[in-house]
Amino acid sequence: MPALTEQHNDAATGEAPFIRLRNVAKTFTRDGTEFKAVTDASFDVDKGELVSLVGPSGCGKSTLLRILAGLITPDAGSTIAIGGGVPFAPGRDVGIAFQQPLLLKWRRVLENVLLPADILGLPRKESRERARDLLNLVGLAEAERKYPYELSGGMQQRVAIARSLVHDPKLVLMDEPFGALDALTRERMNVELLRIWKKSGKTIILVTHGIGEAVFLGQRVVVLTAGPARMAADIKIDLPAERTLELKTTEEFGAYSRKIYELLGMK
Amino acid sequence: MVSIAVLAHALALLAWYLVVELGKIPAFILPSPVATFATLANDRYDWWSNSVVTAIEIFGGFFLATILGVFFALIFTWSRTGLALLMPLLVTFNMIPKVALGPLVIVWMSYGVVTNIVIAFTIAFFPILLTTLRGLRETEPELLELVNALHATRWQIFTRIQLPGSLPYLFSGMKVAAVLAVAGAIVGEFIGSEAGLGYLMLQVQVRLDTAAMMMAVLLISAIGIVLYGLVSALESLVVVRDARID
Repeated sequence: MPALTEQHNDAATGEAPFIRLRNVAKTFTRDGTEFKAVTDASFDVDKGELVSLVGPSGCGKSTLLRILAGLITPDAGSTIAIGGGVPFAPGRDVGIAFQQPLLLKWRRVLENVLLPADILGLPRKESRERARDLLNLVGLAEAERKYPYELSGGMQQRVAIARSLVHDPKLVLMDEPFGALDALTRERMNVELLRIWKKSGKTIILVTHGIGEAVFLGQRVVVLTAGPARMAADIKIDLPAERTLELKTTEEFGAYSRKIYELLGMK
Repeated sequence: MVSIAVLAHALALLAWYLVVELGKIPAFILPSPVATFATLANDRYDWWSNSVVTAIEIFGGFFLATILGVFFALIFTWSRTGLALLMPLLVTFNMIPKVALGPLVIVWMSYGVVTNIVIAFTIAFFPILLTTLRGLRETEPELLELVNALHATRWQIFTRIQLPGSLPYLFSGMKVAAVLAVAGAIVGEFIGSEAGLGYLMLQVQVRLDTAAMMMAVLLISAIGIVLYGLVSALESLVVVRDARID
């Protein structure tokens, strides 16, 4: 599969952005009262970019992710264009990873990674090869015959990330992928994710409530606030492409974090 | 582990023996294990054919309960109308003490092996239906989102996620049902029968043949243990360790 070795392209080259959101809104009705989960979200994502969506609970970041996944229909008037002019099939071209690994307990690791390929009816042999490559990429080549219960939480989440990539989706959506891990494992997984992202060249949108995580991972950070839910800012993170954990101790990193704290009213 | 289990049983037999011998308990109240097992040598009791009859009733009732329990759980999972219409009836039916149905079943079907299979079935059916139904619905909502985002069909969700996910629940239901099926078959034999270990117990009770009664109880338990063991063995083959429910 070429996508695994493809180098990550930086900015778009003058064409339409890979994802364009304009005035995206979503109103839920619960017990007769309307509840605005997302209002007026407008931002672009370039092909190969990793964009963080950050904000407190109730800011609509998960709803926005589900809208992008095609699981929720946004309100009338919302504009969403994915693909940047290239055909984009919502079922086929989206990979998802959630906070919980959600592995099937009765399937071995390799079979778990293959679930999307299985559902999409992709060729068995090629998919297996690709799943093995991906397990290699996430550092679990030795674990393919194991059952989920034999793996640690961090390893299970790596399997879930490999699964989100197995059908070679154009867009990968991650909802708090490391939220259930302990702090140290989480930091290690952040570094891992950056490596996986660069190696795979995927466009990734990652939802998190960790401000440090959002800045560390994102090339851009979209800040959402709660009560009422609205989009507060779209910040370009101008930090070196090679990111190590040391970066978190630098002045620039602190400045970005401070800015986001301010936007969220947490000075 | 097996050797410890054997040892525990041997110790219990020894305790039984000592209580009877040292306590000078009359044989018609509690015979010693020696006297109890000695009845096995007596052809008068027809141990083999009575055990076969009871085993057929227990296994028959159990398998019927498993097949129909799973069948209805599937129906209720696939059809909301079926669930809405039949489930309240079945819940009410479940409230009826099944033992009370025994005399009615005998009126409708006359007594015999088939009748006792039906009685064992009515008792063993509900745990299987309820646990399987629960298991089929137990899918994590986010996992459903994950496969729905891939536009999975209902059939794919059913075969890949719901059905395998329900197996641990089915097996925990089957374990409960195995115990209940034994009770059901014996109740059936008590109410009306012409063969089986429960029937034999009533026959020897009038002669205060306590040793034979004890032996019948032991054999009934043994049949139950075999059934339970088969279910557990099948479970360890089919269900991954972590997913099992104890």
